[in-house]
Amino acid sequence: MDEISKVVRDYVIREYVPEGDDREVNETTPLISSGLVDSFSMVSLLRFLEKKYAIHIPEADATPEAFDTVERIAALVRRFQKAEVGSV
Amino acid sequence: MAFSAVVRDSYQADIEGIKAAGLFKEERFIHSPQSSEIEVQFPVGAAMRKCINICANNYLGLSSHPEVVAAAHAGLDVRGYGMSSVRFICGTQDIHRELEMRLTAFLGTEDTLLFPSCMDANAGFFEACLTDKDVMIADRLVHASIVDGMRLCKAMQDTFKHSDMGHLEEKLQEHQDKRFRMIITDGVFSMDGDMAKLDKMVELAEKYNAMVFLDDSHATGFIGTTGRGTHEHCGVFGKIDVITTTLGKALGGASGGCVSGRRELVEMCRQRARPYLFSNSVPPVIVAGALKVLDLINATTERRDKLEWNALYWRGLLREAGFDVKEGDTPIVPVMLYDAKLAQEFARDLFEEGVYAVGFFFPVVPKGQARIRTQLSAAHQKHHLDTAIEAFRKVGEKHHILGLGRKELMAMCVG
Repeated sequence: MDEISKVVRDYVIREYVPEGDDREVNETTPLISSGLVDSFSMVSLLRFLEKKYAIHIPEADATPEAFDTVERIAALVRRFQKAEVGSV
Repeated sequence: MAFSAVVRDSYQADIEGIKAAGLFKEERFIHSPQSSEIEVQFPVGAAMRKCINICANNYLGLSSHPEVVAAAHAGLDVRGYGMSSVRFICGTQDIHRELEMRLTAFLGTEDTLLFPSCMDANAGFFEACLTDKDVMIADRLVHASIVDGMRLCKAMQDTFKHSDMGHLEEKLQEHQDKRFRMIITDGVFSMDGDMAKLDKMVELAEKYNAMVFLDDSHATGFIGTTGRGTHEHCGVFGKIDVITTTLGKALGGASGGCVSGRRELVEMCRQRARPYLFSNSVPPVIVAGALKVLDLINATTERRDKLEWNALYWRGLLREAGFDVKEGDTPIVPVMLYDAKLAQEFARDLFEEGVYAVGFFFPVVPKGQARIRTQLSAAHQKHHLDTAIEAFRKVGEKHHILGLGRKELMAMCVG
């Protein structure tokens, strides 16, 4: 697991897994489709990523599919990190 | 564009998709007044069936109370049927303001504004009172109408884990740079039947300079020793900045809702809340009925006391029979089945046994958390509950679930 995936996973555990729930979250654990994260609570994750990595993820790209696993979220972050660098 | 075959086919495919996902909702026709015993025809054309109703929001049993019905009749005679206007044009009668003042006194607030429903109150409040300089911090299990209302508002949205006060505190710390912070919660959570930790929330609100918004729809009239709501139960009566609630549940069950709270917030709603500005006034007949409801519940706590007893007794019966029941001390008693298909079959079988209850499953509750939500009423007599538990027991035996714990039931889940 790379650094971005680790950061995302740790945030997901801290932000979404209820206290006393010992479920494991790895790179491919479904987040949205399993109901752990929903569109209402996803906003804080989006804001965390934008702040942490100084990127902007447009609404059209912040889809439930793109946010369904740590792996996909990390890929999204990498994509927009490149876009930010490209735009400088 | 005409409603062409292509358009029709597209909608039909969507409807088939809903059916295939097991999410299709059907109405059952009730041929009697709302009560603890109702006459139901389902499906259409089937024989009429007498059922014990254990899924209504008729907490105080006032939906068809003779004095409420008589007051509504009198209101109809004296103030007419409809207002044909929104409130601020020519839709406000003396009784609208009287009801607002009576609700203000009952809820322990500064002022109240009626809305067509609590859904409308929640949909309109946030946009009217908060801006992009502010933040809304909501419990993750708040009602869908609050989620919709928050989405219509430009203030920053955030959420905290259900009833997790540590997590709420972190969020309040994180958002100290905002102009206003608003903590948002239900009083009693409609799907789980648990209560918000309002005392702790008020403490955090004072510590971090935040306001508290409470939707007390599943509490007004019966939670707390005199039925004022969750704030009375938690010892923070008079300390909540905004309460939204409904006339559509314990308070007669017709329709209508309100925003009640700090004078300035209520006034902002009167000036800016779009569901208030652009929809008709609550009909006089409902206002007259609601005034009588307040008379009845101010006169005695007998009904909420009976409801409390019924809820306690029913929880005991379910546990004794071997059902997995969510912890709580409200009249919402969820019987956990976890599996969506089982919840639907269970409700169908209960209906065959003369008990009307409904299965709830994703997306109304999280995946793998399907349940039968039972709701008690002061109109239930002990014999109703004794009869209902026999039906539950019989259906439970049929599905081999009696005595099974959470883990065993979850292991049986297929959907």
